[in-house]
Amino acid sequence: MASYVAKPTAPNQDKRWKLVDATIRRQGAQARGLIETLHTVQEAFGYLDEQALRYVAMSLRVPLSRAYGVATFYHFFTLKPAGEHTCVICMGTACYIKGAPQLLDAVERDLGIKPGETTADKKVSLLTARCLGSCGLAPAVVYDQEVAGKVSTAAVRDHLKKWTHA
Amino acid sequence: MTPEELDQIAETERTEQAQFTERVNVCVAAGCLSCQSQGVKDALAQEVERRGTKGHCQIKGVGCMGLCSEGPLVSTSTGVLYKKVEADDSPALLDSLSGEPLSRLVCPTDVPFFQRQKKIVLENSGVIDPERIEDYIAANGYTALIKVLTEMSAREVIDEVTKSGLRGRGGAGYPTGLKWSTVSKSVGTQKYVICNADEGDPGAFMDRSVLESDPHRVLEGMLIAGYAVGASEAYIYVRAEYPLAIRRLRNAIRQAERVGLLGANICGTRFSFRIDLRLGAGAFVCGEETALIASVEGKRGTPRPRPPYPAMEGLFGQPTLINNVETFANIAPIIRNGGEWYAKIGTEKSKGTKVFALAGCVENTGLVEVPMGISLREMVFEIGGGIPGGRKFKAAQTGGPSGGCLPPECLDMPVDYESLAKAGSIMGSGGLIVMDESSCMVDVAKFFMDFCMTESCGKCIPCRVGTYQMHRILSAIAGMTATQQDLKMLEELCDLLKHTSLCGLGQSAPNPVVSTLRSFGDEYRAHIEEHKCPAGVCGEQHVGEPV
Repeated sequence: MASYVAKPTAPNQDKRWKLVDATIRRQGAQARGLIETLHTVQEAFGYLDEQALRYVAMSLRVPLSRAYGVATFYHFFTLKPAGEHTCVICMGTACYIKGAPQLLDAVERDLGIKPGETTADKKVSLLTARCLGSCGLAPAVVYDQEVAGKVSTAAVRDHLKKWTHA
Repeated sequence: MTPEELDQIAETERTEQAQFTERVNVCVAAGCLSCQSQGVKDALAQEVERRGTKGHCQIKGVGCMGLCSEGPLVSTSTGVLYKKVEADDSPALLDSLSGEPLSRLVCPTDVPFFQRQKKIVLENSGVIDPERIEDYIAANGYTALIKVLTEMSAREVIDEVTKSGLRGRGGAGYPTGLKWSTVSKSVGTQKYVICNADEGDPGAFMDRSVLESDPHRVLEGMLIAGYAVGASEAYIYVRAEYPLAIRRLRNAIRQAERVGLLGANICGTRFSFRIDLRLGAGAFVCGEETALIASVEGKRGTPRPRPPYPAMEGLFGQPTLINNVETFANIAPIIRNGGEWYAKIGTEKSKGTKVFALAGCVENTGLVEVPMGISLREMVFEIGGGIPGGRKFKAAQTGGPSGGCLPPECLDMPVDYESLAKAGSIMGSGGLIVMDESSCMVDVAKFFMDFCMTESCGKCIPCRVGTYQMHRILSAIAGMTATQQDLKMLEELCDLLKHTSLCGLGQSAPNPVVSTLRSFGDEYRAHIEEHKCPAGVCGEQHVGEPV
């Protein structure tokens, strides 16, 4: 006998859960839609917290461990909220040989954080990328979704100063 | 959609385009967009509006024109290419359409960078608007699909691809015709086609450019593949890090569905085909086909032992054809012009052309498509324009973290699958990074090992622990604290990883170390025996445990 499991209700009234529900429906509430659903959650909320992971796991009827396993396996998913601004330094080969390590070093020292961390005042998150595919513009840095090419140490410092002093 | 209807769309579009006597194409692929080319396009459109010449002057956003380092690039109907164009240049640029070219912005196109290329995959890049299916159809798009559906049997399609000698452009170079034939012979209730657009190699951006500049070309290739192997569902596994490519692909799929080139009973035949996107989430290992399949199924991207190969048991346990973006992009021209035409290009064993992403310490960086068998010297010094600043060429890196560094002795070697393998590297997906004397080869090897260590999925021990140990030894060498014993251990680990790892990631992870040890052994010895870095890159700061 097929047992009918009621779909869990969204954790709260937040409208963004409607987007998540739409993705779950489109994937037929099947386990195969796990990654797609997590993408939607991250796009809507910015990160994946425990509440979201529990909800997605229950909706797709997968163990929470599997949802957590997938969320931590892929670099693209983050379990912590990002800061107000994000600075992504490309560490691809072309950028690496054109001085990306020096950029990263300068930013780490200025902000006092390591890649993957956010400053204490929640202003800036520092990330590194495997390759942005903007190798013609090496070294490349992404400031809040905007790609800047042929970046110098001075330029990245100036840009960050604008954020931290704003 | 019938063949006549397709002709009709093409005809209407051509008539419409013929009304424009003047045309300005602005590159809106990722490279130029990050140099604010959208602003240039908007400014040009505004200026045309202001002048009231909208009826005969067309401003069009097009795909990549190749020379990314000089962006934003703009080409005009007078046949002039302009570089580093800014929004303020638009009035002068429009004036030049009926007069002399704007000399201060002209980018010469009679140089080897443009002349030595042979464009098949990229023939539409920089010419058509990637966001409009009509433009693609007007450029003979989807005619290969119609030909296949109305005139050819599945067997004939596979024969044609086999005849062309096309090999997988993802890196390994497996004959495409053979792969298609295996999948078509496999038995299953449902077969799948997957397009691998998870371009993970750092320093490679060919697939991204193809997807952003000519998405319909990839869809057409997938449709033809689906018909040939008997599949009706397909997925494009694309990196989430490529938002523009994703947007253009989604748009292209929607347009193709609207005109009836995707969906049920295409062209009134029994052939139905559906394409869906699956976003990768930043795992290099997902470029490996079994890991990619796991990821499409919504699982962690870990590989499994082969056989069974995906051609027999792939996605959801069904026969699955997996090809790379560039491979699919080659299909339509092969069908249009015949396999023999394609087989005439290239070398005996490596047919056709290859798109390379030229980057690093070289004058012209960007995207180039060259016939197989061209020498490395031509690539670096003629097309690439040589090394800037009068410095000396040291190495060319191909194949990303799975490839190797080619020393100056290899400059006259032809670039094809076999020669590269013999030189200790691989063709890979097409990243070609030039290094000059300011790069330290130990540091480069360490960089790639750090990459493989972080990207190892952790399923098999040789890769998970081996890459960590190799990285630790390389860090010690770079930190001048290594001994001869360490070097010996490093060589042993290279051998161990190559032979005992589960998938391609671990098996090829030692390649950068092996190839640099072979060609630049002196540098390793200088670090160990004399505690000196000849390039002056390594030093104290590298001491310590890896992150």
